Amino acid sequence: MKTALIAMSGGVDSSTAAFLTRQAGYACIGCTMQLYENEDAGLPAEGTCCSLDDIEDARAIANRLNMPYYVFNFKERFREQVIGKFCRCYLEGRTPNPCIDCNRKLKFEALFERADALGCDKIVTGHYARIEETGQGYVLKRAADPAKDQSYVLYMLTQAQLGRVLLPLGGLSKPQVREIAEQQGFVNAHKSDSQDICFVPDGDYARVICAQTGITPKEGDFVDLQGNVLGRHAGLIHYTVGQRRGLGIAIGKPAYVVGLDVPQNRVIIGTNDDLFHRSCTVTDVNWISGEPPQEPVRCQAKIRYRHPAQPAVVQFTDAHTALLTFDAPQRAITAGQAAVFYDGETVLGGGEIKDTAR
Amino acid sequence: MIYADNAATTALSPAAFRAMQPFFSEICGNPSSLHAAGQAAKRALEDARARIAHCLNTVPACITFTSGGTESDVQALRSAAAIGAKNGKRRIISAAFEHHAVLRTLDALAQEGFQITLLPVSAEGFVSPDDLAAAITADTCLVSIMFANNEIGTIQPVQEIGAICRQHGVPFHTDAVQAAGHLPIDVQALNISMLSLSAHKFHGPKGTGVLFAERGIRLKSVITGGAQERGNRAGTENLPAIAGMAAALEESISRIPQQTGLLLQRRNRLIEGLSRIPQSFLNGSLSDRLPTNVSFCFAGIEGESLLLMLDRRGICASSGSACASGAAEPSHVLRAIGRPNELARGSLRLSISADTTDAEIGEIIAAVTESVAFLRGMAASVS
Repeated sequence: MKTALIAMSGGVDSSTAAFLTRQAGYACIGCTMQLYENEDAGLPAEGTCCSLDDIEDARAIANRLNMPYYVFNFKERFREQVIGKFCRCYLEGRTPNPCIDCNRKLKFEALFERADALGCDKIVTGHYARIEETGQGYVLKRAADPAKDQSYVLYMLTQAQLGRVLLPLGGLSKPQVREIAEQQGFVNAHKSDSQDICFVPDGDYARVICAQTGITPKEGDFVDLQGNVLGRHAGLIHYTVGQRRGLGIAIGKPAYVVGLDVPQNRVIIGTNDDLFHRSCTVTDVNWISGEPPQEPVRCQAKIRYRHPAQPAVVQFTDAHTALLTFDAPQRAITAGQAAVFYDGETVLGGGEIKDTAR
Repeated sequence: MIYADNAATTALSPAAFRAMQPFFSEICGNPSSLHAAGQAAKRALEDARARIAHCLNTVPACITFTSGGTESDVQALRSAAAIGAKNGKRRIISAAFEHHAVLRTLDALAQEGFQITLLPVSAEGFVSPDDLAAAITADTCLVSIMFANNEIGTIQPVQEIGAICRQHGVPFHTDAVQAAGHLPIDVQALNISMLSLSAHKFHGPKGTGVLFAERGIRLKSVITGGAQERGNRAGTENLPAIAGMAAALEESISRIPQQTGLLLQRRNRLIEGLSRIPQSFLNGSLSDRLPTNVSFCFAGIEGESLLLMLDRRGICASSGSACASGAAEPSHVLRAIGRPNELARGSLRLSISADTTDAEIGEIIAAVTESVAFLRGMAASVS
């Protein structure tokens, strides 16, 4: 019998994924990755680990499904490879997506190591996306339910990883998943979806960055695109491209952050029109097929999780870097976020946005 | 299944089980009740107290029943701190490798204004009596040093520590959770003022323990309420467990002379077998070590993965302490003996009992050797 390691968060999705994997005939082992403690999130320690309730929920589901269950201590790796990078990214004036780094370094690297130790053939997650095998290897596709599609955060998967990952929810809608969970009597059938960044539960990421790095944000100037000083800002980490709220700047039109100038510690202010760019450089590109194309490729590209994919052309400039050019300018292409390229339902690849051009 | 985690807990011995049974049926009274049923229960309670006192070479009045080692540690520290505070003494001396029951309580006492001195631990895993003598000040109200360490099994120079404390007139508490039932303990000869033990570490039931406190030490209740245990510990006594503990302690101590040789033989065979693994390091000294404890660090692997592999092969082992979620935590004990973080991450504790067979020792050696090699191969293929 093939064995599967199920990454369980304590939520309804991964619990249902665990049930479906067992139904499919796998010998299953449940696990939860412990990623941080309250202190890492700048919350009162209270002597407990992070999201202990979620871990107990996951354990309860695993027990109910009669699976062995383990908690893996990945706190050190998470602190270094996810929270650390998150902080660095902000301090360098970019806007990171830590969920993608967590997938890359924790779910699809550290967890694979544990799966090897446990002798598990497959790794199962509750992501909404589909993996299909073709004659030429594996393809990653959008979820059947467009409202839940999470293929965007999986663009980093390699062929070897795709061959070992099972995504049992890819063909289901959220209501269908809740229905299965309800039928199974899972305690978390109606638990709400997780929101935001797990280690920044209150959304105050600046507080987490300060607590983690010990750096106090340095005040600086708001300037317009011509360099004229418009006022004082509270420190670069408080701003992201496209932001409108909390600026306190009057320029006659609605004012937006259009750029962050790290060397001069300046926040650049402009109008909504100034936010539009046609192209960007994308680094650390993963091309799912494993064979990056020499020629420009027409695709539809997403520049953040909630961005509807837009027609574009992607052209590799070296083995890991590509130039992404949209047919029409896009609003707030933001350094640090992921650009993911699709051919219809299929994910071609993706990478991290570095800089933009008009 | 091979159970090699006896430092975490042990199986209940048949003798302890038999001793507990009457208290689930015929002897059902509350020891505090006036009637015949209560009196029968009270007699059994005091009988257990006398027998346990005898095991430690003390008198029954010095024995208080608690819920286990942690509660005993907390009450010992809190009591000594209260006495000290009354006399204007607010320093407590302990060591960096103590159990969390002691360390966390010291943290709390530090918050309350006590000065805490944590003695260093040698690379071999020992507290130095000289360091202790140098650290004792006029305002020291307590020395708390464990009898034997729970992770690396090193047996501390308790006799010398006790003598130094007696000489300075400072009470000496020892967390003997890992030692009781495994080593002979004479609280008078060793100058021990307070001692904690826990029944389930020597084949007694879980959820009960003892705090020994010599005459003259006024214990402070940490659980307030009724006047049970001479007012030292409120709450109806857990009589079945206490009876089981007395039987288990007597039995364990009576078996020390005949069993220690055999345990040492098996432990040493296990240590020799694991020492043959390249880049393996025994944690703690080979001499003055519990006859049940084996602790190693293996370079280049993660202890958590090793534990998983062993568990899949039916071998129950440990890597040290666990956090609230049940995940393995990097060990403060291994850091205290100077193991670098990289190495401390690859730790494994095996703790055997008299029930561990020779064949099981062989299986453990084979499983650990193969698993470490597999994990190193995996790490090599990634990098």
